Order: sequence, then structure tokens, then C-alpha cells
Amino acid sequence: MRIVVTVKFVPDLQSTRSFTEGTVTRTADDGTMNELDENAVEAALQIKESLPEGECEVFALTMGGADATAAVRKALQLGVDHAVHVNDDAVAGSDVFGTATVLAAAVAKIGEETPVDLVITGMAALDGLTSMLPTALAHKLGFAQLTLASALTVADDAATIERHLPDAHDTVSAKLPALVSVTDEANKPRYPNFKLIMAARSKPIATYSLADLGIDPASVGALAARTTVVDASPRPPRENRVTVTDKGEGGVALADFLIERGLV
Amino acid sequence: MSTVAVLVEHRGETVAQPTLEALTLARTLGTPVAIWLGDAPAADAVSLLGEYGAEEVRVVSLGEAGRVPSVAAAGVTAAVGDAPVLIVVSTFVNKEIATLFALETGAGMVVDAAGAEWVGGRIETMQTVFAATWNVRTRINAERAVVGVRPNTTMAVAAEAHGAASVVPVAVETPEVRETIMSVEPQAVPDGAPLSEAAVVVSGGRGTGGDYTLVRELADLLGGAVGASRDATDEGWIGHEHMVGQTGTTVTPALYVACGISGAVHHRGGMQASGTIVAVNIDPEAPIFEIADFGVVGDLGDVLPQAMARIREHKGA
Ligand SMILES: Cc1cc2nc3c(=O)[nH]c(=O)nc-3n(C[C@H](O)[C@H](O)[C@H](O)COP(=O)(O)OP(=O)(O)OC[C@H]3O[C@@H](n4cnc5c(N)ncnc54)[C@H](O)[C@@H]3O)c2cc1C
Ligand SMILES: Nc1ncnc2c1ncn2[C@@H]1O[C@H](COP(=O)(O)O)[C@@H](O)[C@H]1O
Repeated sequence: MRIVVTVKFVPDLQSTRSFTEGTVTRTADDGTMNELDENAVEAALQIKESLPEGECEVFALTMGGADATAAVRKALQLGVDHAVHVNDDAVAGSDVFGTATVLAAAVAKIGEETPVDLVITGMAALDGLTSMLPTALAHKLGFAQLTLASALTVADDAATIERHLPDAHDTVSAKLPALVSVTDEANKPRYPNFKLIMAARSKPIATYSLADLGIDPASVGALAARTTVVDASPRPPRENRVTVTDKGEGGVALADFLIERGLV
Repeated sequence: MSTVAVLVEHRGETVAQPTLEALTLARTLGTPVAIWLGDAPAADAVSLLGEYGAEEVRVVSLGEAGRVPSVAAAGVTAAVGDAPVLIVVSTFVNKEIATLFALETGAGMVVDAAGAEWVGGRIETMQTVFAATWNVRTRINAERAVVGVRPNTTMAVAAEAHGAASVVPVAVETPEVRETIMSVEPQAVPDGAPLSEAAVVVSGGRGTGGDYTLVRELADLLGGAVGASRDATDEGWIGHEHMVGQTGTTVTPALYVACGISGAVHHRGGMQASGTIVAVNIDPEAPIFEIADFGVVGDLGDVLPQAMARIREHKGA
């Protein structure tokens, strides 16, 4: 069984995030693997560990600039077997459709000899939080789409997920190959151990260019993007903020504030 | 005038408030038509959609298969027809449907928008990103546009002239799908507005120690919904559907009250765009105070009962 986990390189949530010329500023210093992709890596590793030794290989896949290597390196530290980085200047500024085109071609390449049975993604990237890529990637691959899984089981050549929607909890199943996006309810990601961190340092990372994937650079990247950020500006901080310390009248102060603002 | 399709959110026969907001926005862009997925709506629902300007109500009945995103997307694509703009409410499910619609039609797509307008023949959207620390304007370059709008970002106003709201059944051939729905376990719908739509949200975190009595009481008093931090839902103190934050529900109410919540970045990402933010926390260093319009450093067990007494007194007066 061959599993591909997609991991995205995003600005660290704790850092000051910003825009540069219409795209998210990404640098190795304050960038990291999208936190929610840890759940995707964990889901893949759990499937691998449930199978007999040698029956399952897990690949981590990222698309992004040179710094994005950090994302697949993190996945190696967590225990995936192989890392693939699609690194090509022409992918910069891709929208979700361009990204899906590139990642689908990379999954196909990874599956050239042994087909890929399962692609696992995070539920959202914590930079844009769009949650669009998993659907788009499943569509491009022609795989079954099992998204927003809060539980996943793989057995008998099929994947089954629980999908908690506001009106109902669904159980959905599909024959492999399938794409599954997992929520942060699906599992508790492990921490990398020292041995894996050391081993990850020397593990090779395969690099694909668009030419390797047979993709016309004009069909992806900023020029092909169906959306363009035309303006981005930091929001002014909230003005006139007040903090009081409760010395017996804090509740009254809070109520008076709400009454004054007409919120009661 | 361009036709602007609006995908209706409804719980049974009840049209959700964000749909009325979306129709209000749609009227500024063109002529709204509503798309209703499900069994044909009752007369009340149809006339409400008309009040907010819908010229047509296009009905697509898909049955339970409509829970599969690609089936719902086929229905939406058929119902949108050649309308250049589709507006959906930015929910997880709608993002999937809209993505498939965009793949099918070549539309450009923006989700979590706070507004949209025509600029030089193209749709531009307004959004806040990075836990509401940046404002972004995005142009949709494609001929067709899909915009996912956040609840509470447009004030819903009825149309001056009612739309005709003519009901038009839309036939779709259900596509072959790879996914099989094994079971559907309906969830109880809580009273009042759901978290994502509520005008007031009162949230409790680890600082409640698991007792939501005061938080619920304040929410009731203010006519709001109850929210929670992930620590609280992880503890099993309250259902996961109450979780506010980046992986829970994003809320933009007029008033957000955080009780015993530290204000971790994951939590802030889901509430920082709220109108007024109020926080009660015993720790003066809690990061929630950095974004609170009004903060009380104190024990919520003291502060909330006193605040409620004062509010009741004011209401009674
Ligand atoms: C991938 C990922 C996604 C996440 N997504 C979310 C998300 O969507 N939403 C979310 O909320 N979290 C999310 N988290 C968790 C988040 O990082 C924090 O751990 C969580 O928000 C903390 O919850 P809390 O504020 O209730 O608890 P704490 O951080 O423990 O804060 C409790 C606060 O209560 C105060 N307090 C204690 N007693 C009292 C009292 N009697 N009166 C008043 N104040 C009191 C304390 O001073 C403290 O500040 C996510 C984490 C990860 C890793
Ligand atoms: N450039 C990328 N490289 C690898 N994986 C990605 C990329 N963009 C998105 N993903 C995956 O898609 C998921 C959802 O991302 P998004 O749709 O951007 O919110 C993430 O959790 C990743 O697993």
C-alpha cells in the first residue's frame, strides 16, 4: 500500500504574519509545516503501523518555494518514509486550482511503479484556511473524496470515515484509491523522537520541477490564477481598549460597558 | 443586470439568516435567484426569499445522495445555469460544493469574504485574514465568480420591491459517485441561532472548570449562543459543535464575551473579527486582553453574577 500525505509550508501561527506583493510572506525562519498536516501524517503512520512490516510506504509531498523543504523535513522527523518537494519558480502565486494540478501530477509520478492507494491531507492550511485544496485534488486525481474525517479506518480495499456536519454525523465509505482529509479530532499527533530527528537530517528529499511533471508553467502560478490579491493592509489595532481589575465592582463595570455600547 | 445565484442555507423549512444577508449582498450585484437544495420549500420560505429580492427559487431535489459533495455540486451547477456569480455561505460543506462548481465551470473563487462588488467588470471581494489582523481585497479574474460569504458581514435588509420568487424545479441527473453513505445520524438542533450566525456569543474555556451554568445564563440573558475553547470541548465539558476557533466555528458576532479563555492564537483566529470583544480572566497577562475592547481581570464566578444582576436591573428599569 502506498500513501501520500500532503504537507504545506506556512508561516508559523505564533509569528507576525504578513503579505508581500499580494502573496503570503513565507520564509524558513518563521515558517513551518502546517499544524493540521500533523494529523494527516499521524493518520498515515497509524495505518502503516497497523500493517505487517514492509507492506506500506508513506510519502510526504509539498509544493512551494525552496523554503518549503522544511515542511517535508518535518514529516520525515515524524516518521514518513520518503519526501517529495515540487520546487519550481513558476508555481509561485498558484491558486487552489493550480496547486491541485501540480500536486495531482506529483501523486501520479509517485505512483508510477506502485500505484498510490490513499492521499491524506489536513482539513485546512492555517494560513488561508480555505479548505478547498482537498476537494480540488480528489477531483483532479479522480479519487473518491472523503473529506473532513474525524475518524478513518482502512480495511478490505476501502476507506471509511466519520464526517461530523452541523446537522448530522455521517459515515461514508469508498473503495480505494481515495483522498481523505482529516480534522484535528481524528487523532493526536506524535512528537518526533531524537532518533528520527537525526535520521531525517540525512534522508534524501526528491525534488520535482514542472518539467519533470510534464506541466506547462503557464497553466499554473500567478498568471494562471483565477484570483489576484489587489490590496492587503494590516488592520489597525482596536482603539480605546480598557482593562479593569475586579476589586468587587468588576461585574458592574462590565455591565455598564455593554449598556453604554447599546449591546444589552 | 447580471443574474446572481444564491445557495440557500436552510434547516428543514427554516431559511437561515446568512441567506438573507447573502440575498441582500446579491441585490447590490444584480438580480438574485435563490437555489434550494432539498424537498420543495413551503410557501412561507418561498415568500421570505421573495421579500429579500429573489426573482426565482430554483429547486433541486437530490434526496440523501445530496450529502455527497459531488452530487450536491452537480445540482448547484445545473441550477446556477449561466449566472455569472454564485454566492454561498462560507461553511465547510459549501466550500466543497463551490470548489467542485468552480472546477466544472472555470469560475474563480474566494471564500470567507466579508463583501463583494463589481470593479471594472470583475468581482472584487473584501476579507480579513490571519486572525483578522489584515484586510485583503481580491479580484476574481475569471468570467464567472463564486463568493463564499461569512455570516454577520452584511446587514440583512428586505428588498424595496419584492422579488417574484417563482418556483422553478430543476432536473439533474445524479452523477455516478465513488462514495457510499453508510449512515446518517441526525444531530439535535439547539434552540436559537447557531453559533456561526448568532449576534452575541458567550464562550467559556478551561477557566470555567467545566461548569457552564454562568456562561449559559449570560448567553440567555443577552440572547446569544454558547461557545467554548478547544480545551473545554476536549475535556468533554461541552459538545464539539460549540468550539470557536480555526478548526471549530469562525464567528463574527456583534458581541463576543470570552470567559476563562486565555486567547490562544487558534482561538483568536475564529473570533478576532467580532464587533466588540469582552474578556473576563483572572490572569492579567492572558493574551485575550490584547484584543479585548473591555477586559475584567477577575474570577468569572464573581464577575458574571454581578454583571448579570446589573443587566437585569437595567432591563427592568
Ligand atoms: C492544530 C490546533 C488547532 C487548534 N484549534 C483550536 C480552536 O479552533 N479553538 C480553540 O479554542 N483552541 C484551539 N486549539 C487549542 C489552543 O491552542 C488552546 O490550547 C486553547 O484555545 C486553550 O483553551 P482555554 O483558553 O480554555 O484554556 P487555557 O489556555 O488553559 O486558558 C484558561 C484561562 O482561564 C483563566 N481562568 C482560570 N480560572 C479562571 C476563573 N475562575 N475566572 C476567570 N478566568 C479563569 C486562566 O487564567 C487562563 O487564561 C488548537 C490547537 C491546535 C494545536
Ligand atoms: N502547496 C501545498 N503543498 C502541499 N500540500 C498542500 C498545499 N496546499 C494545500 N495543501 C494540503 O491541503 C490541505 C488544505 O489546505 P487549504 O485548502 O489550502 O486550506 C492542507 O492541510 C495540506 O495538506
